[in-house]
Amino acid sequence: MNTMEGKDKTNVDKNNKYDRQLRLWGDHGQAALETTRVCLINATATGTEIMKNLILPGIGSFTVVDGQKVLGEDAGNNFFLTKDSIGKSRAKVATDLLAELNEDVHGDFLEEDAEKLLDSNPDFFSQFSIVVATNLCERALSKLSNHLWSKNVPLLVCRCYGFIGYMRLFIKEHTVFESHPDNTHEDLRLDRPFPALVQYCDSLHLETMTSKDHSHTPWLVILYKYLQEWKKQHNCKAPNDYKERNKLKEMLKKGIHRNEEGVLEDEENFEEAIRSTNMALVPSKVPSEVEKIFNDPSCTNLHSESSAFWIMARALKDFVDNEGEGALPVRGTIPDMTADSERYIQLQQVYRKKAAEDASKVSQRVQQLLHSIGKGADDQVEPLRPFMPSPSSDGHTSLFSSVGLISEHEIKTFCRNAAFVRVVRCRSLVEEYDNKSTKLQELVLHLDDEEPDDAVFYVLLRAVDRFYEEYNAYPGWYNDQVETDVSKLKACLTKLLQDWGLSLNIKDDYIHEICRFGAAELHTVSAFIGGVAAQEVIKVITRQFVPFNNTYIYNAMKQTSITLEL
Amino acid sequence: MEDDWSGRWNHIKKFLERSGPFAHPDFEPSPESLSFMRDVCRILVIGAGGLGCDLLKDLALLGFKNLDVIDMDTIDLSNLNRQFLFRVKDVGRPKAEVAAEFINTRIQGCNVIPHYAKIQDFEESFYRQFHIIVCGLDSIVARRWINGMLIGMLKYEDGVLDQSSLIPMVDGGTEGFKGNARVVLPGITACIECTLDLYPPQINFPLCTIAHTPRLPEHCIEYVRVLLWPKEKPFGDGIGIDGDDPHHLKWIFEKSLERANQYHILGVSYRLTQGVVKRIIPAVASTNAVIAAVCATEVFKIATSCYLPLNNYMNFNDTEGIYTYTFEAEKKENCMACSSIPQTFAFSETDKLKDIIDYLIESPAYQMKSPGITTSVNGKNKTLYMQTVKSIEEKTRENLKKTLKELGLVDGQELYVADPTTPNSLTFRLNLGSKME
Ligand SMILES: [Zn+2]
Repeated sequence: MNTMEGKDKTNVDKNNKYDRQLRLWGDHGQAALETTRVCLINATATGTEIMKNLILPGIGSFTVVDGQKVLGEDAGNNFFLTKDSIGKSRAKVATDLLAELNEDVHGDFLEEDAEKLLDSNPDFFSQFSIVVATNLCERALSKLSNHLWSKNVPLLVCRCYGFIGYMRLFIKEHTVFESHPDNTHEDLRLDRPFPALVQYCDSLHLETMTSKDHSHTPWLVILYKYLQEWKKQHNCKAPNDYKERNKLKEMLKKGIHRNEEGVLEDEENFEEAIRSTNMALVPSKVPSEVEKIFNDPSCTNLHSESSAFWIMARALKDFVDNEGEGALPVRGTIPDMTADSERYIQLQQVYRKKAAEDASKVSQRVQQLLHSIGKGADDQVEPLRPFMPSPSSDGHTSLFSSVGLISEHEIKTFCRNAAFVRVVRCRSLVEEYDNKSTKLQELVLHLDDEEPDDAVFYVLLRAVDRFYEEYNAYPGWYNDQVETDVSKLKACLTKLLQDWGLSLNIKDDYIHEICRFGAAELHTVSAFIGGVAAQEVIKVITRQFVPFNNTYIYNAMKQTSITLEL
Repeated sequence: MEDDWSGRWNHIKKFLERSGPFAHPDFEPSPESLSFMRDVCRILVIGAGGLGCDLLKDLALLGFKNLDVIDMDTIDLSNLNRQFLFRVKDVGRPKAEVAAEFINTRIQGCNVIPHYAKIQDFEESFYRQFHIIVCGLDSIVARRWINGMLIGMLKYEDGVLDQSSLIPMVDGGTEGFKGNARVVLPGITACIECTLDLYPPQINFPLCTIAHTPRLPEHCIEYVRVLLWPKEKPFGDGIGIDGDDPHHLKWIFEKSLERANQYHILGVSYRLTQGVVKRIIPAVASTNAVIAAVCATEVFKIATSCYLPLNNYMNFNDTEGIYTYTFEAEKKENCMACSSIPQTFAFSETDKLKDIIDYLIESPAYQMKSPGITTSVNGKNKTLYMQTVKSIEEKTRENLKKTLKELGLVDGQELYVADPTTPNSLTFRLNLGSKME
């Protein structure tokens, strides 16, 4: 039954084909992916590895821009170039072999040098959802990044240099509310129970229920009741330290039923209540990340160009400041716990209903805010999921489509994830390359140790770029010049650190090792960066999960890595 | 070399023919490293799935020419979002064969030998042929088995390890956006069993929850799968659930939905049903690419000594930013696989054989799957319990209820435990004094 022979592409069930990833980013994430247009600059091993990991999950289309012909060494380390392709257009060969990976994805190419294209037709690059550039020299990178920055097109720069991988993300502002955090606190509100929860808990009476019901009462209800009891005895205050929490746990322990012989019954729900006490007593408060978003000027000063994210963030803030009485909307989910079906579902309903009520209040605020910034029912708002290309007057697809008003569904999702909303703002290349940048000064913290961390490779790669600018070749490129290049690279590094005003001593070992690399691109370093870079692109496109900010260094010698904000 | 062309190995040679301050102390730059990789070195890749496809590509492009790959699975449509050596037309064919064909066609001169088989189908002599073994497995049991095999192959002379009997193992694993890679030098560094607690034990819902107090959509699906299917036999007597059969899944989905409605439980969907029934682990191309790349880089380091290998464990997660954590997992002093310290059991005479079996399954240190126990009485082998062979299971089932005393077991008695997690049986010494906690 597994044979698919004879089935053409229209018959392939996408639900099944993409099943393993749909479980991570959902149908809406997949839909965003399938409308995405990605541009790859330079079909290096790193470049094609990134594209492989974007084409397999099914992006809409890709375009390879590369003016070079395939060399023997390219065919040696790139899975999407072959011996037969030596001497042919690298863009064409790579596009053909990449496109063959997934029939749902459309691929094309432009056999042209990216830097020349930037000079002749810079707007070419503005049509893409995101541009991925590999192994660009500093001069071309500056041009590209400045142009895309001004056009608000995200740019991911990748580079593999010997046993070092490097990535830099340029995106002005990226907002996320489906961040899918790994470990989250439950949002149970035992510290500030809402009326429906109080009412529900009060409707159950532990003293009078049968022992079967007693051992199947959800621990949330039990803990609520014991907490009220505690407060009665302690001036309405909840236990606020380790000792007091332990006393509350003692009280809970005493509540466990005993049989005729006085032996404790096996009441798993009480055990759960005791185990969950610490977690459940953490006060509900607005996380600092979210607090920062509330205080962001984009949130406090809404205007007619404000995006849906900021309008909702503001509505959320206003909710917290008013009817929320300092708390975010109730998330509306509870963990599984020992309980009979009926009461568990009832309790779940209590939370769900409260969450829906809170979300509807946020929704009302969203409508008021839209009205206040002059958005009527038919006006557009920069949508939550950009990159839904729609043709605009100049023939290019515009970044912001006319999805229109913010849907109830989106507001609900936003509220459910209120504690995990994130804003990522990367710095521009101009800011990074400013010798007076405080971020450069902060590098000292990484490097003044006897054993510097992987940030040292950022500095070394910048020195390599200097070297290239000066000698038009990479240090250690030629076998017979490795030794002489060491002293030249050292001079470049010294000059660079001087320009930055840093007095640092970077061990010669690092310079020697960089010259050993000789700008070689090891396939597996490319493959590593190919994986992480593709995932960052997917984060940017789907607006799910949180992208890195803004520089990532991978050290394959030690299998370590570091993220720096530069 | 006839397969080569000018410039083919330019990138690789920089690491093999030049030394550097961070190279392995024993590293000698020489063109011979490449010849060794091309002509001598043999690598075994276990698994031709998500990690396996990437591993084969990575190793082939690093210059390893003689690769073997073992995989017992055939290609499913849901593999194609990441297992990039397979196309729609290959669905149903053995993964190992298609992967080998693809690599051999694409990478000139590469010789991948496929084995459409289980790892348990091969003996020590097969594994001994390889210089390095790389695992891209989704099964912990298989990982533990190969770990046991490599440790069993170690030879000691006067207590000193014969280095030539050691085959390094590089192991990768992924789940969604998380992954890990590690290097195991059997007998020297932490082995899979040493760090068994890094694998969380599988969580099963209690039967009474499923039967009487369902609360989650998963409980409803498990009810249908575990209890309703054997009772109703919807596709005939003796027909088990085939997770790939849409009719089976549809039946389970509809019945689960019925049960969920009865209890007012929300959230039963076809996708969830499929996930629970097939125990699906989410997977993406990117994480597999990352972990396979790390593993292949480590193989390259071990084979050529161009750098020191990973010591010895790396964790990866790119849900929020990109996070890696590299550390040295420690060898467990009394590891059941790689230490020479005999394992002891402390039980009391009144404990039943079933208690020992349960302990072997539930203890985080052993996490066995279906242990069988034999012992030796007056020089004769006696099977106390064995689950894997049906007829023996029936004959020995009675023993489970017997106390250790009734079975005639005495203090200091040696028990031999066999389990799918290990190719060699383990010896435990029974301590019939105080019961352990
Ligand atoms: Zn061990």
